[in-house]
Amino acid sequence: MAVSLGPQHPGSGHFRIRLWLDGDFVVRADPDPGYVHRGEEKMAEYRNYIQNIPHLERPAILDSTGMLFPYVEAVDQLMSTKVPPRAAYLRVIMAELNRIISHMYFLGIYGLFGGHTTMIEWANGDRDLFIDLAERIGGARVTFAYLVPGGVRNDMPQGLEGRAFKTFDWFEKRIAEYEKVWLYNPVFEQRTRGVGVLSREDAIRFGATGTVLRASGVKHDIRRAEPYSAYSDFEFEVPVSSAGDSWARGYVAIEEMKQSLRILRQAFEKIPSGPVRVKLGPQPRVPAGEAYFRTEGAHGERAYHIVSDGSPRPYRLKMEDPCFRNMILIRELLRGAHVADVPLVYWGLNYWPVSADR
Amino acid sequence: MSEKIAARFPSSRIEYVRQSRLKFTVAPETLKEAGLFARDELGFDHFATVSGVDYPSKNEIEVVYFVGSVRPGMEDLVIALATRVPRDAPAVQSLVEVWSGAEYHERETFEMLGVRFTGHPDLRRILLPEDWDDIPPLRKDFRSPGR
Repeated sequence: MAVSLGPQHPGSGHFRIRLWLDGDFVVRADPDPGYVHRGEEKMAEYRNYIQNIPHLERPAILDSTGMLFPYVEAVDQLMSTKVPPRAAYLRVIMAELNRIISHMYFLGIYGLFGGHTTMIEWANGDRDLFIDLAERIGGARVTFAYLVPGGVRNDMPQGLEGRAFKTFDWFEKRIAEYEKVWLYNPVFEQRTRGVGVLSREDAIRFGATGTVLRASGVKHDIRRAEPYSAYSDFEFEVPVSSAGDSWARGYVAIEEMKQSLRILRQAFEKIPSGPVRVKLGPQPRVPAGEAYFRTEGAHGERAYHIVSDGSPRPYRLKMEDPCFRNMILIRELLRGAHVADVPLVYWGLNYWPVSADR
Repeated sequence: MSEKIAARFPSSRIEYVRQSRLKFTVAPETLKEAGLFARDELGFDHFATVSGVDYPSKNEIEVVYFVGSVRPGMEDLVIALATRVPRDAPAVQSLVEVWSGAEYHERETFEMLGVRFTGHPDLRRILLPEDWDDIPPLRKDFRSPGR
């Protein structure tokens, strides 16, 4: 029996999986993306490097800083801009706040898909504290247009550390509560342990990235593998799990949030003073050349391949997307799964349709 | 590493060697061999993406494969394996047998730029709607509506 799962909005953006079922088992799965394809890469060719900022940050809207980070770093590299140290720290602060914001949405929906309504309500509520911090820095709740070529758009408000540290202390206690009520909940464990197992070899073979890659035992995080911006200034771990199942993908996300808090604390404590931006003007000309810059976003490795012909607009802007990379795992991991496992296996991959479609 | 490549593929062209990045171009017929070499001899096992660039002024489309590595000591490196195909008959060997992760990326390059990947197990559109009847939209002669 062939069934269409979608293209409604299953918590994340319009997407369809064609499923072929035999009784309670999935015989074959075929991901069908493209429902929210807006032509980001084509649009980028019609706008200059500054005009590109607002639309490029929107695909993975819940990690908008993650969308822009490799973009601004690639442009800085092409223009040989020296980003001021304070700006680099602010980029990292925003990126880690966004990582938590994104992971909290992921964990909340993960709870919802497993029928755990407490997890989604708690996660959404606590997530708002981080959105609040990001709003105080960036001026908006979701899409900040905060990272710009040359630095960041503005400095953070004075005295923000007080509120920030209060939030981090509170959140650390909350993470312990999520673990108790959700991650180590016997029902959730039963539904996710041993479900949707991705072996280490397959994870590498298919080019998996992000929490999915690390939940299958591969300790690879671009912040560590190829440190960028100010990340070499901070001490943090890269959590992994050797289980490779849906449970492990939830576990790794929670552990990553603990590490993000570590980075944030260090960043707020050590942030140097100085300017936050190298002024470039409204239509900066980027010298002809090619750049491939990658960063670790909340969903995984994100990269921009930018080809410049010396004009104010990119000749070609290719967005390498972590969700698009992991999409093939939807096909692989749903094969042989129970129908009831489908939402948890799908969501555990942290797949964001709008990000994959661009 | 560039010496190894130049020794193995004397007709290839090293485009650039810079911090953690190396790009080299081979002829389309040599693409799969170069891919296997990059994977097995050089250690690039972690597939990232395929990018395509349209150069109508040269009547060429460039197809670039970006591959990383999770091997210790190589985790910061990304190799860019490129080839150029003529715009009016853009066909290249599929590298799905080299890197399983390439499957959906080649489909995207196929629909966006019109490059045919011979030997691809399932070459069909992925993002564009089924009833798309215009030219591949990332080609330079496709004008975005309203622009």
